[in-house]
Amino acid sequence: MEMKNSFIREVADRKYEYGFETDVHTEVLDKGLSEDVVRLISEKKGEPGWLLEFRLKAYRYWLTQKAPTWGHLDIPEIDYQDISYYADPTAKGKSGQGDKEIDPELLKTFDKLGIPLEERMALAGTAVDAVMDSVSVKTTFREKLQEKGIIFCSISEAVKAHPDLVREYLGTVVPYKDNFYAALNSAVFSDGSFVYIPKGVRCPMELSTYFRINARGTGQFERTLIVCDDDAYVSYLEGCTAPMRDDNQLHAAIVEIVVKENAEVKYSTVQNWYPGDAQGRGGVLNLVTKRGHLRGRGSRLSWTQVETGSAITWKYPSCILSGEGSQAEFYSVAVTNNFQQADTGTKMIHIGKNTKSTIISKGISAGRSQNAYRGLVKVASTADGARNYSSCDSLLLGSHCGAHTFPYMDVRNDTAIVEHEATTSKISEDQLLYCNQRGIDTEEAVSLIVNGYAKEVINKLPMEFAVEAQKLLGVTLEGAVG
Amino acid sequence: MLEIKNLHASINGKEILKGVNLVVRDGEVHALMGLNGAGKSTLSNVIVGHPAYEVTDGEVLFNGKNLLGMKPEERACEGVFLSFQQPVEIPGVSMVNFMRAAVNAKRKYCGEEPMSAGDFLKLMREKRKIVELDSRLTSRSVNEGFSGGEKKRNEIFQMAMLEPKLSILDETDSGLDVDALRIVAEGFNRLRKPETSALVITHYQRLLDYLKPDIVHVLIDGRIVKTAGPELALEIEERGFDWIKEEAGI
Repeated sequence: MEMKNSFIREVADRKYEYGFETDVHTEVLDKGLSEDVVRLISEKKGEPGWLLEFRLKAYRYWLTQKAPTWGHLDIPEIDYQDISYYADPTAKGKSGQGDKEIDPELLKTFDKLGIPLEERMALAGTAVDAVMDSVSVKTTFREKLQEKGIIFCSISEAVKAHPDLVREYLGTVVPYKDNFYAALNSAVFSDGSFVYIPKGVRCPMELSTYFRINARGTGQFERTLIVCDDDAYVSYLEGCTAPMRDDNQLHAAIVEIVVKENAEVKYSTVQNWYPGDAQGRGGVLNLVTKRGHLRGRGSRLSWTQVETGSAITWKYPSCILSGEGSQAEFYSVAVTNNFQQADTGTKMIHIGKNTKSTIISKGISAGRSQNAYRGLVKVASTADGARNYSSCDSLLLGSHCGAHTFPYMDVRNDTAIVEHEATTSKISEDQLLYCNQRGIDTEEAVSLIVNGYAKEVINKLPMEFAVEAQKLLGVTLEGAVG
Repeated sequence: MLEIKNLHASINGKEILKGVNLVVRDGEVHALMGLNGAGKSTLSNVIVGHPAYEVTDGEVLFNGKNLLGMKPEERACEGVFLSFQQPVEIPGVSMVNFMRAAVNAKRKYCGEEPMSAGDFLKLMREKRKIVELDSRLTSRSVNEGFSGGEKKRNEIFQMAMLEPKLSILDETDSGLDVDALRIVAEGFNRLRKPETSALVITHYQRLLDYLKPDIVHVLIDGRIVKTAGPELALEIEERGFDWIKEEAGI
């Protein structure tokens, strides 16, 4: 047993690779939230009146709401007056020159994170929108995408350049009244990406947004909107990291996706926010509402997520299947270690006829962490011939962690077929010895076994992301055997 | 090669090995026989470093090095191989990935560069033939859905891949039909070299017919009570263990 305890100690000391800070002039709004702050954010972004109205309505609604408590989570009390709601690392100091110039420190930061923003150095076939704190730093390959009529820019720019499109779709998938955090986000959202794929266009590159929190004492309120028009296709990736800090930082995001007739969207996330230290101090509170609306006949949407970071994850990427014959998928690997807590899953709302959804969830818990799958499969009376298959597996490493499954079903149509399977397993001493006996050390053995367990989901990620995710699983669980 | 001196070991506080002495020299094949519960599997588990067993006294030297002071993976990289009695399944981990991790772990330990993917796959193909292991099996997850016989053949395949100095076969013959036994035993014999040794744990003469051990030991109640040439195995086949117990005064 001594040997294993020393492994656990090693984990405690492990380094979070992305925990550095960038020293850059950042314009930070004073802490606190009020109507004036909402107005100020809107003003800073030069927004039209309708958007300010939207924000204010959301803010007033938020004031009447309380944070949800149904999650299997112990969320620390958040003092919403002790957070700054806007931090702009691109704002120039007094000696600032042109608008177009980006502080080289920012470029260096993204280089260090493996996200070069120089197009000639970029990953082949991937366009990136890089967001730090509340502001998009740069979006690559825009001109190339524009040739096909694809719009890929920050949501702030989209509000200015394509106001009609944003106005038509914003808040139509996740209304500001959806939940407490959605109302907060709708009031104070800063940056995120906007994607529009026109009819019949197959997006030739992977589109990707990289979110980075840098400034201290700030919250990040990402807002992303993806619209995929008839017969179009896009694959979108999202990555996230943050510096190591003793205090919690808030990331409350909304992602909305609209999928039209015969269109297809693949949305992949590798979430690696700072998880807090081994004693449970610090870490990002990841409170996120993600939803896609499959509006058109034969539309398809798949969510793939690898969640390894954050102190707390509260996230349920969901699908509303309205279009006849539309198909939705949710593939998830959620890893928790030390004192991390995750309550994550999905909602599949079947409304259209012959709609089909698949849920594959793999939870991995280690240390003293708590990991819950929460999912809802709802079949409306209109959804003749709807089908769902759900499979939720939990893997426990050690005996101090918890795995929980909360599957909800609400089926109101006799012709629907809904299946649910669930398993819980542990990495056995015998499996580890077997690997050790072949010369493989325990750390690598755990990484092999966990990657094997999560393979079904990892394989759904685009190639470069899959490699990244595999490494991440290994690092997150380094030595987490006990 | 292997030198075991006065080895005492227990599991959950219960002493199983009560002073085992055993010397295996380079190139020798030793058979270890004995009734169920005598401590045969315990001995092999202690040699490879199973964490459930506690060594309370004695020492184990492997080519002069203190084996008991090494982690299980270090023992493996030094050249100790165990063909498990019940090979465990590892879902989702393909045999190819598993073996690649194993082969490269050993190369790293020896200060060598990892093997290229091309060379590795060539080596897999070559070694698979030794135990007539189907390529369908090596593309599956480790031991998952393998029959009993396939699992045992897979163990010898791994032995072929890793080329250990000392191989311990823990009842590799159990659950094998006549043909599978022949394939496994012949595969093992093809892998023998003058500088490699083996410790074969078995209840039956039929495996020893193929392997032709140099020395046969009988383990009873945690001690080796009799050591002799290959004729001892034949005698046990005929007369059982009672006479040995009597002889040893147990």
